[in-house]
Amino acid sequence: MSMTLFFDFTVDKTNNTINIKREFAANRPIVWDCYTKSEILDQWWMPKPWKSRTKSMDFSEGGKWHYAAVGPNGEEHWSITSYVKIESQKMFLANDAFGDADGNINAQMPQSKWTMNFSDMENNTLVHGIMQFTDLAQLEQTITMGFKEGLTMAMENLDAMLAKR
Amino acid sequence: MRRDIFQALADPTRRAILVLLATQAMTPNAIAEEFHTSRQAVSKHIQMLTECELVKQEQQGREIYYSIEMEKMKEVDKWINQFREIWQTRFNQLDTVLSTIKKQKK
Repeated sequence: MSMTLFFDFTVDKTNNTINIKREFAANRPIVWDCYTKSEILDQWWMPKPWKSRTKSMDFSEGGKWHYAAVGPNGEEHWSITSYVKIESQKMFLANDAFGDADGNINAQMPQSKWTMNFSDMENNTLVHGIMQFTDLAQLEQTITMGFKEGLTMAMENLDAMLAKR
Repeated sequence: MRRDIFQALADPTRRAILVLLATQAMTPNAIAEEFHTSRQAVSKHIQMLTECELVKQEQQGREIYYSIEMEKMKEVDKWINQFREIWQTRFNQLDTVLSTIKKQKK
């Protein structure tokens, strides 16, 4: 696997957006499937040691992906991604929210609008994701939550290191 | 992490000030000369950056010099980096999935 795949991550607090660009070593139809089919999403969407587990998926305009992020101790964080606009293999627009096992959205938690653009980069595919938050506080909360997940990852690595001793 | 830090960083002029101060300590006058706004506006920005401890001031003779507070900047950086790393991990996982799919298709 090439180590030189393009990756760009920027947080712009003037318009409350996070821009994430990443190149993948596969053609557009394959990468598109990875982002839009739940059986594939479940294989990569949550960073280890978390896993994503789909409850229901309807990838169509007005449809939803309802899934849980399952933690190393079995804890569940439910998310609901609602698809607003889809242009096959080019882009999709979705609303991302946290919720519960029954699919109710938790309005207290940060919500964001996701625009995912797919384009060719020679034989590879570039995915440009734009996460737009309604205000700065929601962006910060999301980063804080990500920080906690990052910490879980770090602890896990530490456990593995200690186990080797 | 104090919330005001992000408010401080949300403003493009304040970010530009930080970029200026990243290379050298400067007096408020010298900073103001770099911008097309009033000295007053610039000194308000500097005040906010000082309150958030993103810049520090030092008296040198008659002049006050402002410089960047590296430790504080690193703190902000570290925080955003954690989030960035999560995405990096996620994408590395997708790389693995993609290479498996491509092998299956061959």
